[in-house]
Amino acid sequence: MAITVAINETQRPDIERIPVNLTVNGRTVTDNVPPELTLLDFLRDWLGLKGAKRSCDMQVCGACTVLVNGRAVSSCTFLAFEARNDEVTTIEGLAQDGELHPLQQSFIDNAAFQCGFCTPGMILAAKSLLDQNPHPNEEEIRAYMKGNICRCTGYKKIVEAIEGAALVQ
Amino acid sequence: MLRPFKLHEPTSVDDAVSLLGQFGEEAKVYCGGTELLLAMKEGLLRYNHLVNIKTIPGLDEVGYDQASGMLSIGATVTHTALEHSPHIQSHLQSHFPMIAEAEGNVANVRVRNVGTIGGNLCFSEPHSDPGAFLLLFDTQVEIQGSGGQRTIPLAELTLGPFETCLEDDEILTRILVPQFPQGMTGAYLKFGYHARPTLGVGVSVRLEPKTSTGEQIEGAVVAEVRVAVGSAGPKAVRVAEAEQLLVGKTVAELLPRSNGGESSTMNEAGRIAGRASDAMDDIHGSGEYKEHMVGVFLKRAFAEAINTR
Repeated sequence: MAITVAINETQRPDIERIPVNLTVNGRTVTDNVPPELTLLDFLRDWLGLKGAKRSCDMQVCGACTVLVNGRAVSSCTFLAFEARNDEVTTIEGLAQDGELHPLQQSFIDNAAFQCGFCTPGMILAAKSLLDQNPHPNEEEIRAYMKGNICRCTGYKKIVEAIEGAALVQ
Repeated sequence: MLRPFKLHEPTSVDDAVSLLGQFGEEAKVYCGGTELLLAMKEGLLRYNHLVNIKTIPGLDEVGYDQASGMLSIGATVTHTALEHSPHIQSHLQSHFPMIAEAEGNVANVRVRNVGTIGGNLCFSEPHSDPGAFLLLFDTQVEIQGSGGQRTIPLAELTLGPFETCLEDDEILTRILVPQFPQGMTGAYLKFGYHARPTLGVGVSVRLEPKTSTGEQIEGAVVAEVRVAVGSAGPKAVRVAEAEQLLVGKTVAELLPRSNGGESSTMNEAGRIAGRASDAMDDIHGSGEYKEHMVGVFLKRAFAEAINTR
């Protein structure tokens, strides 16, 4: 974090920063960000939240999915200042008091991940689906999740995990 | 990695226009960023100033005027907001068919949550669904610049891939979508990888006499028809020549039960639409292949349009 700030300040003393006052996983975060800082870099490099992953870096794969006011966004291509008054949820914010979120538990119970790289994005996308539509059918799950790509587990177990979590909710 | 830029956040269209005028080619409108930021990250585009028009009040609203039948979509309305707009949802079949379904199929949910309809049209990426299906509505766009306001047909906005007729200091502010004439139905079909369709074909049709679902329609005549093709070539187009060929024909003539379902008129309209698409060779397929598929999808879209009565 210190390094990022130092580079930005020496290279561009002329450009002002944008004040942000948001909550990340329920905690208030107040800071000043350069306009070009992406939400992904803000979360990973400034706040040390490494759950959201950089992969395709072009909004196709879904590994960087986080929720902004409950909506799924690609944090790789979402500017941090845009979340200045918002509630951001990352995978680190789902478990409560040491208790896994039903979706996290269901992904484990259904063996819905192998390498785990896509999993934070998968679970957050699934959360935004279930928040809007608590009991989706398989077709609705597949349509909603089609923008989250997994390269090793395959999708069947992921769909089953989401169906399982929907039953628990 | 995004190069540093200065962000401007005007609170009125006039202020945005004067900022764009001041910085000229150094500035670009920021209206969602789902495509612009990708191009900037890759170094394909470089701007020292971005003018965020999402902070301008009113541009994120969808309005509907019952008297004129006009839907007015602000430039900063997201795909998700448009899909769920009460004006669209309450007139799904009668006035504004296809819009909710097609908007719900743009790219993926994350892009739809952030990407805007105005940004989509102005970026003029050739593989754009809204650029194609909105042509079926005789859509117009409202543009504001230092020279005042003008309204032009959507078909004239896009000049080619990533190129519009907008001046440096002009902003697309609203998209005006006239409701379908009574009795008109439509279908928009796309083919290929969902985020970057190989092609999209839309058909809307009004039959006479007006018939309802389940009735025999073989003898009904095509009183009005619109054909739009997108994604295959440099920009989405309406295909007037194909429309003229189909109008006045009976359903039986265009979708015959005999002859293996082949209609020489429909096939000819498909060939015309294929040529009009100006299909390009690219990673999605050869131009020749896409031209052929436009014809296949024209027939399917026509059949689906009349079946959604």
